Amino acid sequence: MLYLAYKNLISKPLNTLLSTLLLMLSISLVTFVLQIKNQLNQHLENNSKPFDMVIGAKGSPLQLVLSSILHIDNPTGNISLEEATRIAKNPMVRQMIPVSYGDNYKGIRILGTTYEYLAKYKASLQEGRLYKKPFEVVVGNGVAKNNNLQIGDTFVSAHGLAENGLETHHEKPFIITGILKPTRTIVDHLIVTNLESIWEVHEHNDEQHHHEEKHKANHIDEHGNHKDTYGEARQITSLLIEFRNPFGALQMSRFINDKTTMQAALPKFEIERLMRFLGVGFQVVNGISITVLLVAVLSIFISLIKTVRERKQELALLRTYGVRTLQLIKLVFLEALFLSLLGATLGWFLGRISIWLFSIFTEDLYGYHFVFSLPNNKELIVLLVVVLTTLLAAVLASMSLYKLNVSKTISDA
Amino acid sequence: MIRTTSLQFTYQNTKNNTFCFPDINLPAKKDILILGPSGVGKTTLLHLLGGLLPPKAGDVFIADNCLNRLTRRQLDYFRGQHIGLIFQKAHFIKSLTLLENLSLRERFSEKKGDRYRKEELIVHLGLSDLQNKKVYQLSEGQQQRLSIALGVIHKPKVILADEPTSNLDDINCKKVISLLKKEAQICKSNLVIITHDQRVKSHFNKHIIL
Repeated sequence: MLYLAYKNLISKPLNTLLSTLLLMLSISLVTFVLQIKNQLNQHLENNSKPFDMVIGAKGSPLQLVLSSILHIDNPTGNISLEEATRIAKNPMVRQMIPVSYGDNYKGIRILGTTYEYLAKYKASLQEGRLYKKPFEVVVGNGVAKNNNLQIGDTFVSAHGLAENGLETHHEKPFIITGILKPTRTIVDHLIVTNLESIWEVHEHNDEQHHHEEKHKANHIDEHGNHKDTYGEARQITSLLIEFRNPFGALQMSRFINDKTTMQAALPKFEIERLMRFLGVGFQVVNGISITVLLVAVLSIFISLIKTVRERKQELALLRTYGVRTLQLIKLVFLEALFLSLLGATLGWFLGRISIWLFSIFTEDLYGYHFVFSLPNNKELIVLLVVVLTTLLAAVLASMSLYKLNVSKTISDA
Repeated sequence: MIRTTSLQFTYQNTKNNTFCFPDINLPAKKDILILGPSGVGKTTLLHLLGGLLPPKAGDVFIADNCLNRLTRRQLDYFRGQHIGLIFQKAHFIKSLTLLENLSLRERFSEKKGDRYRKEELIVHLGLSDLQNKKVYQLSEGQQQRLSIALGVIHKPKVILADEPTSNLDDINCKKVISLLKKEAQICKSNLVIITHDQRVKSHFNKHIIL
C-alpha cells in the first residue's frame, strides 16, 4: 500500500512537485519568521539583561540604549565621568560601569570600559591576557574569527564609528593581548580596551584637529566628543548601572531626567518599545505567510481531489481486487501524508537555511548571529497543524470514493 | 459452482427497464458461454456474478456463498479471494510495472504458499521479457494477456471474462480461448465468458443466449 502510494506520487512528478514546493515555501516562511522573532527577542534580552539603566547625554532614550547596550546606533553624546559617578553614588546602585566609545577598526567598535563590563557578560579569555595598559585590547570571539586576528596583532583605528573612516589615527596602534571566548552576546563583536586608551587617542586627535581647523570655533568630532580645552574632566559615552532593587531605576531615572543635563534610559522598557514597533512588521509577515500556507493546503486539497477523479478507474479496479473503500481512502491518505511530511520537513530545513543566510548578513551588519536550533513548540504546532489539515483534506477529497460505482466506472472505459 | 435464481436488475436512471436473467446452474470446474447482442445486459450479468452490482431480486450463489447476502466487507473480501475478472477493456495501475501489477493483485487475494504461480503464469502467457515494463508500454495484445493473468493469478473459484476476444483476429481469438480454458483447468475454476463473438461458440459445450 505504501509502495503504491509512493509510486503514484512519483508517476505524477509535476503535480507532486508543485504542491510540495508551495507547502515547503510557506512553511519555511512561517518558521523563519517565528525563529527570527524568537531569537531576536532572546538576543536583545541577553544583551540588555545585565543593566537596569543607562545614563548618557540627552537625546532619544532608545538611541541611548541602542548605542550603549546593543552597540548599533550612534551615541547621543558624551557626559562627564565625574558628574555621572556622583549622581550614581547611591546605596540602591549595585554596580556602575562606564563605557566610552572611541573609534572603530573595520567598522568594529572599540569600546573603552572596565573589566567589570566583561564580567557582566560572563566573557572570559580564550587565550592571552586582559588589557592592562592603554592601547592594549581584547577582541570578541566573533571579531577575531571574522578578521583572522591573533594575539600580538596590531591595528590602527579609524576615527568615529563608521567603517572606512577617512582619517586614521596613525600615531599609535592598538595591540591585541587577548581573545575572548564566545559569549553569544554583543561582546563577541566588540573590541574592548580600557577607558584611558580612548581618552588618549582623542586628546591626541583633537590636538591635531585644532591645528588643521583653527577657523572652526566650536569643533565637534564625529562621536560627539566635545573638547576644547586640555585637561577637562574625563568624558565617557555612558554609564551602565545595575540596581539592587528594581524600584531604584524608576526613582533615579526620574531624578536624572528632571534635574540634570543628562538622561537616564531603562533598557528593558526601551527594548520592549522597540519590539512593539517591530511586532507590527512581524505580524504582517506572519499574516502573509499564513495566507500562503492556506493556499498551499488548499492546493494539496485540490490536487488530491483531481487525483481521486483521474484515478477513478484504477481505484475501481482495486475494488474488484477486493480492496475495501476504507483502504482506498487510506491510500489517498498515505499520499497526502507523504506530501505534507515531505513539504513540512523540507520547508523547515529551508527556513533554517534562510536563517543561516540571514545570520551571515546580520552578523556583518549588526553583530547579530542567529543559531541553528531544533523546532520550538510554536513551530511544532505549525507543522502539526499543516500535516493534520492536509490529512483532513485527504479524507474530504476521498469521501467520494464511498459513492464510487465500481461496475459503471469499469465499464465506462 | 455457480448458481443464480430468478436474477433481476434495474438501473436507477433508466425507468421500467428491468433485466431478467435466466437461471444459471453450473457445477464446479465447468465452463459456460453467455451469448447475446449488445445492450441485453451481458456485462450487467457478469458484474452481478462478480459481486460488483447488487441484484434487485434473486440470488447469486458462488461456491455456496450467497453474494447478495454478504456484508459489504465480506463481499470485498470474497471478491478478492475467489473472483477473477477480465475486463473488456484492460485496466491496470499505470504507475506500476507488469510484474508489480501482478504482485499487487496477488497480494490482495492474500494467497500465500504458491511461490511459483506468478513466474509460471508469466511464462505461460509469454510475458517473461516484459516483466519490468510499465503497462502503458505494452502492446494491445500484451495488455490483453496481462489482463488475463490478472484475472487468474490468485486461482479464483470463478473466472469472469467480458468480451475477451472482441478485438482479436481468428488466430489470436483461438489462442486466448484456449489460454483461458487451460488456466481455468489449472485453477479448477468455473470459466464464464460473455461475448457477442460467434467464433467462440464452437469452443464451449454449454452456452446460454440472452
